[in-house]
Amino acid sequence: MGNTVPPLSPEEFASRFAEIHPALGPQAAKVEATRCLFCFDAPCTLACPTHIDVPRFIKKIATGNLRGSANTILASNILGLSCSRVCPVDVLCEGACVMHGYNKQPIEIGRLQRHAMDYFYSHNPSLPVAKAHASGRVACIGAGPASLACAAELRRRGYSVTIIDKNPLAGGLNTYGIAEYKLRPSDSKKEVDLVRGVGVEFRLGVEAVPESLEMEFDAIFLGVGLGSTHNLRIPGENLPGVVDALSFIAQYKTASIPVGRRVAVIGAGNTAVDAATAARRLGAKQVFMVYRRGESEMPAFDYEFELAKLDRIEFHWWSLPVKIHGKDSVESIECVRLDANLAPILNSNFQIPCDMVIPSIGQTRLVEFLSRCRGVELRSGCVVVNPETGQTANPKYFAGGDCVNGGREVVDAVAMGKRAGAGIARKLEANHG
Amino acid sequence: MADLTTLFAGKIRSPNPFWLASGPPANCADQVMRAFDAGWGGAVWKTLGEPIVNVSSRYSSVDWNGQRMMGLNNIELITDRPLDVNLREISQVKKRYPHHAVVASLMVDSKREAWHLIVRQAEDAGADGLELNFGCPHGMSERGMGSAVGQVPEYCSMITEWVKEVAKTPVLIKLTPNVTDLRHIARAAKKGGADGLSAINTINSITGVDLDTLVPRPNVDGKSAHGGYCGPAVKPIALHMVQQIAGDPEVALPVSGIGGISGWRDAAEFFLMGCQSVQLCTAPMHYGFRMVEDMIDGLSNWMDEKGFRTIDDFRGRSLPNVTEWKHLNLNYKIIARIHRDKCIGCDLCYIACWDGAHQCIHIEGFKNPEDLVAASHKRITVTDVEKHAGNGAHITPSIRIPRVDEHECVGCNLCWLVCPVEDCITMERLDVGVAPQSWEQRTAAPK
Repeated sequence: MGNTVPPLSPEEFASRFAEIHPALGPQAAKVEATRCLFCFDAPCTLACPTHIDVPRFIKKIATGNLRGSANTILASNILGLSCSRVCPVDVLCEGACVMHGYNKQPIEIGRLQRHAMDYFYSHNPSLPVAKAHASGRVACIGAGPASLACAAELRRRGYSVTIIDKNPLAGGLNTYGIAEYKLRPSDSKKEVDLVRGVGVEFRLGVEAVPESLEMEFDAIFLGVGLGSTHNLRIPGENLPGVVDALSFIAQYKTASIPVGRRVAVIGAGNTAVDAATAARRLGAKQVFMVYRRGESEMPAFDYEFELAKLDRIEFHWWSLPVKIHGKDSVESIECVRLDANLAPILNSNFQIPCDMVIPSIGQTRLVEFLSRCRGVELRSGCVVVNPETGQTANPKYFAGGDCVNGGREVVDAVAMGKRAGAGIARKLEANHG
Repeated sequence: MADLTTLFAGKIRSPNPFWLASGPPANCADQVMRAFDAGWGGAVWKTLGEPIVNVSSRYSSVDWNGQRMMGLNNIELITDRPLDVNLREISQVKKRYPHHAVVASLMVDSKREAWHLIVRQAEDAGADGLELNFGCPHGMSERGMGSAVGQVPEYCSMITEWVKEVAKTPVLIKLTPNVTDLRHIARAAKKGGADGLSAINTINSITGVDLDTLVPRPNVDGKSAHGGYCGPAVKPIALHMVQQIAGDPEVALPVSGIGGISGWRDAAEFFLMGCQSVQLCTAPMHYGFRMVEDMIDGLSNWMDEKGFRTIDDFRGRSLPNVTEWKHLNLNYKIIARIHRDKCIGCDLCYIACWDGAHQCIHIEGFKNPEDLVAASHKRITVTDVEKHAGNGAHITPSIRIPRVDEHECVGCNLCWLVCPVEDCITMERLDVGVAPQSWEQRTAAPK
């Protein structure tokens, strides 16, 4: 790469990626908890894909029963810690809070949940371990949120579960793919350890082979997520200095990676924002986001867009990259302006000088792998399931998470994994009649 | 402009009816003078008597829903300062603040001479009135004083008589609420010649137990003793007792209202129940003397708004509105109305009615709360792909807005009480087309 910035010292890294939502102190948490109205059949609970009983866990904070509060959260959502940090709460629980109609100040559900989870993880974090009484062994492919939730649900019901993942660390995108200021690998590890603690086995650094797993296990859960970032399919994308967003995020979080002085991020989704803000915080002097549509079409949450603006990211709307220039490495990216119909405008080409290009235009589907799972039906590259049970067209296979929904939130993956876990348990019970 | 000047029992004048009650805020001249500077109209001096020794700690409180000191409990005794110091300071205060009320609270052994002596000393110091502390429920009562006197009508009469033999200023009896019927004690005070009553003193209490040490609060070296409870929590009890004595034709004495008064609204209620002045202790202990400013300001504004020039213009106005249950109109019918435009969908009224009342508030499409919760639990929720937060306009989904079954509603008020939104639920009168009839009238044997 041409111009790179010097790497950060560990102290600088820690301060630039400090957690974006500071923890609530015990007193503040109590005051906030007492503000909750304790709605019946609460809209926040309904708005949460995992249906955490929000008023119940909040009232337990108010009464000083933090252990009970954490257990309430974990009973519905085994990844309560990461969800409290990464959930887009303003479109989920907090968005549904009745306080919007009262004094316009929704209860800070996310931070309260984090308060309870932080207590739990600093005070003997463990859950009761169910005896392996139920006959039936289950494999979960992928060690991300969907599989962790599915595995925990099955263990709770007494089944033996093995999680298989090709990466050396479990946790999936929670470990490798979320901006450091939202979630650290160490937090993700805590949750993996909790799941391990209830008796789930892990086979890490291992490629899953559906054919042999089918022989070994009675049911298989596919929680494989999505594939690598889509290619830009433009000249120059193999130049040194082009790094896809997910690799970039995984490397800066779990190892280190050189960062250009000027960085162009292609795309405007939540992952693109994660990559752009990370590049800035890692020292890039200028970071551009290049998106083929306008600001109002931007797929990232409003909240993420605000973060990007706070980090002084510069935006090129209605711009489509057509070529990456550079001799030995990236020197600039050439774009063409698009009109409202996404048609290129003649002679509107312009160049953005940069040292690094980070494509973030969505992930491929793992069609090849999924096709090897016999009888599993795909639609547009996504696994087709019964939404209530997670069961696929092959009754032995279940699925959930990004490989089913094409890429949503952690909490969606947890909800699907949990439902599939229950679905698998029902199927195995039926098998043994 | 409202006139708040006060004349208690025809003799004790003060610029307003707000007095510090006998307690820690009225312990010394410096405090009392600072209170007068802040706007207080009078002060009942911390009880004079033979100096005692106090313990530490002395207070404990009941907090509620994030708020501190909803109720306060104390085991502090009467003044621990030498009598001559207190008397000298009373003189000082009266010299500098001749138009403010200074009432001396008194408590000595149940001996005629002892009472005669302290009465003379207090009056010589310049006290505008005397308040006999027959109410203190802790510590002093074990020594035959305070509520030990106030719980026995005969003692109450007797000591009041002794005091009246020498007193030149009005004599107020401070009543303990720790009796079965306060009116018997009030009547005894009247019989003894009292000029007025102060009610109520603190209520016997243990505020709580420390769940780590298992010692009740306040903790004095691993032990506790019952104390006297006061603060906002006791206001309804005090208001009822004040109504009992102020509304009793056999008592007919001026009353200085005490008990949980925390602001001008509480004070107004005590005046409406017939009080001539009110006394505060917990509230200034919590927020300092400055809190009297809004009491004066708020009460004046309310009086101006209602067209009351003096407190006498509305004093006692609510007394005739308290009656016995048997006289209430059985044919008065109200029902709850939920105003859909105001409902925020918390459904607290729904579950309150189902679990705590008469099962007459419903959510459309569900037989009972359990069905509703089960249906919600089954719903599959997915993060909205429209990834933008709402624009701030909150519209309650109509499915969440409960409906009142007006035929079944008994008009109990519970839903209205639990509803967090002002005017969202209103209780409205139904014309039942029947003449008023009380229980007494209904059960009167037809001739």
